[in-house]
This record gives sequence, structure tokens and C-alpha cells, in this order.
Amino acid sequence: MRELLNDLDRWQKKGKKVALARVVDLEGSGPRLPGAAMAVNEDGEVVGSVSGGCVEGAVVVEALEVIESGERRTVTFGYSDDEAFAVGLTCGGTIHLFLEPLDW
Amino acid sequence: MTSADSTNETPIFEALKVAIRAESPVALATVIEGPNTGAKLLVAPGETSQGTLGTKDLDRVVERDVLGELASGRSGIRHYGENGEAREEAVSVFIESFAPPPQMLIFGAVDFTAALARVAKILGYRVTVCDARPIFATTQRFPMADHVVVDWPNRLLEDVGDSLGERDAVCVLTHDNKFDVPAITHALDTAVGYIGVMGSRKTHDGRTNRLREAGVDDAGLDRLRSPIGLDLGARTPEETAISICAEIIALRTGRTAPKPLRDTEGAIHQTRNFHP
Repeated sequence: MRELLNDLDRWQKKGKKVALARVVDLEGSGPRLPGAAMAVNEDGEVVGSVSGGCVEGAVVVEALEVIESGERRTVTFGYSDDEAFAVGLTCGGTIHLFLEPLDW
Repeated sequence: MTSADSTNETPIFEALKVAIRAESPVALATVIEGPNTGAKLLVAPGETSQGTLGTKDLDRVVERDVLGELASGRSGIRHYGENGEAREEAVSVFIESFAPPPQMLIFGAVDFTAALARVAKILGYRVTVCDARPIFATTQRFPMADHVVVDWPNRLLEDVGDSLGERDAVCVLTHDNKFDVPAITHALDTAVGYIGVMGSRKTHDGRTNRLREAGVDDAGLDRLRSPIGLDLGARTPEETAISICAEIIALRTGRTAPKPLRDTEGAIHQTRNFHP
């Protein structure tokens, strides 16, 4: 989160809608620990990361939906998750993300 | 979250940013599953918590757990009943700790200091460079350091020693007994997790004798990483800085490969380069 603050300030000043995605849990091997965060604004600009670059693309799609709907969601990426095969973590781990609008 | 009493407060994210930037300890609890998903409680030691997770009882229990997690710098999920009951799973709360960055005190404003300060900054340390010689201890020479202090190491340690803990590091690079011995004995009086001391094998042996004369016992000597760093065959200041920081990481994680220099014998530096 620390490394996102300056960009988030900039976005907030411009009045951009922002979604925040945070790693809340990690099973098995994974590069980033709980607390790793990325943020996406309504224009699709991205700061931060939640993995080694494996799932960020999919997280952007989820984040834009969160901005659109205003609804929070939990998303899981990993090998064991059928839906995530296309964008799973190559390291074999599973990460759980919590996505929410940055409106608090 | 719809509590009416939150309207007069600074928004939680603003308060969180202020605390993170001030590098004061703070933790954010967020309901990620259950009633009031998205509800937040911002907790800082010694301060009134801000926000609510839904009920006062839940807030009270989570606040206690958050302070424990924050003290050890951990982040993760905990489960509770709707009123904070243990062994229930109605509510999942993600606790994110923002512990202040660890500190590294580097004694000795020498060639190796700038490289070590740079690598330590990459790893997120607050870096203080301290040397008693004003012409060497300057912010021009160490622009990457958070603080440059002209003073004797033992005096700096008397001032800040109480703030040092398990995550912090003291690196003594002076390899001059006049500075080293008081710096080391004062560092040993703190709870600092890592004390590394630079010097050749010969310097190390001589210094060990001086430390014993100064009253340092076996347990104290065993706390020292001397000579400092892992046995990487490091040569340049930058390589040496990597070897020191790698030793600090390995000490924290309990890994031991490659061997620390203190557990090996022979020349610390390669006498020639090995290129594959």
C-alpha cells in the first residue's frame, strides 16, 4: 500500500474512481504476501502488483467491474481453480484477493 | 458501513495515509466476508480506534487481535462470530499491519557505507549513518541515508538504543578499535536483532580480544556477525553490501546457505575473478 499512496493521491485529486485489490491470503508457493496491493482507476491505469505479474491482467478486468458496479468481491487465482487455468499462477500457489471501491 | 457517528471523522483512508507516511504503527481491519463486508476498523497503539466492523463487541475483540498482529508485523485473515465470538466463522476479517520500517544504523562513514545504505534503502530500512568525524559524515557523501549523524556510535546508541528491536540492524564498518569496541558493547545492550562487524580475520581476532577485555562474554560474542556478511566472495563495496543484507535476510528466515563468513575460514575476498 505504501508504494501506491502518491499515485492514489494524484487520482483522487483528479476525482477518478478507483478500485483497490489486496492479497488477503496465500496458499502454497506465491511471490507476494498478504497486504500486497494494486489499484486500478476508471481509465484502466494500474499501480502496484499482487503477484509476479501472472494475474495482474485479470485483476484489472475484475477491478474495472468493481468500479462499474460498486460491489466488493473476493477473487481466487490458482492452479486448482478451473476458471483460473488461463491466468493461474505458474508457481502452483493460490492467492485470494479482496477487491473493493476505494471510497472509504 | 453506515454508522452515523463516522460522519465527523477523517475518512479512514486519509487517516491511514497520514499514519503510513508518518511511519507510525497502524493496522487496518476489513470485513471481507459476512455481514457488513467492506466495513473497516483502523487501529493504532495508544489511540482510539476509528470506524466499526458492525458491533461494539466485534470491534473490541478484533482491536485486541489487531494490536497483537501489528506488534509482530503480521497480516492475515481471522474469523469471528458476529459479536466477536471465538471459534465461529460468521465474519472473516483481513488484518493488514503497517509496521514502521526497520532501522539500520551504520557506524563508520567509509566506502562501504554508501553502498550498504543504498541496498538497505531498497530493502525498506530507515538508514542512519554515524561517524564521529565531521568531514566524512556528511549528507553530500550519503544522500541516500535518512539521517547522517556526527557523533560517537556509543552516544548515538545511548540515544536511540531503546527503539531497536528484532527487525533492526546495527552494522559496524569502522574497523577501528577506538570506535568499534564501544559501539559493539553498546549495541549488545540493546534488543537489536542483527549486529554485524566488518574487518579482516586478523582485525576480528584482535577485536575479539579487546571485546573480552571490555567484559563481553561468550553469549555476547556469539550475537555478533563478525566478520560481517555471507561468504559470497564479495569484493566491491556493492557486492559486500549485498553479502551483508543477504546475511540479515538469512538470519531472519533461518536459512544458512551459503555459509556466513563467521563459520568459514580463509580469505574473505577472492584473489582473482571467476568468470564462467
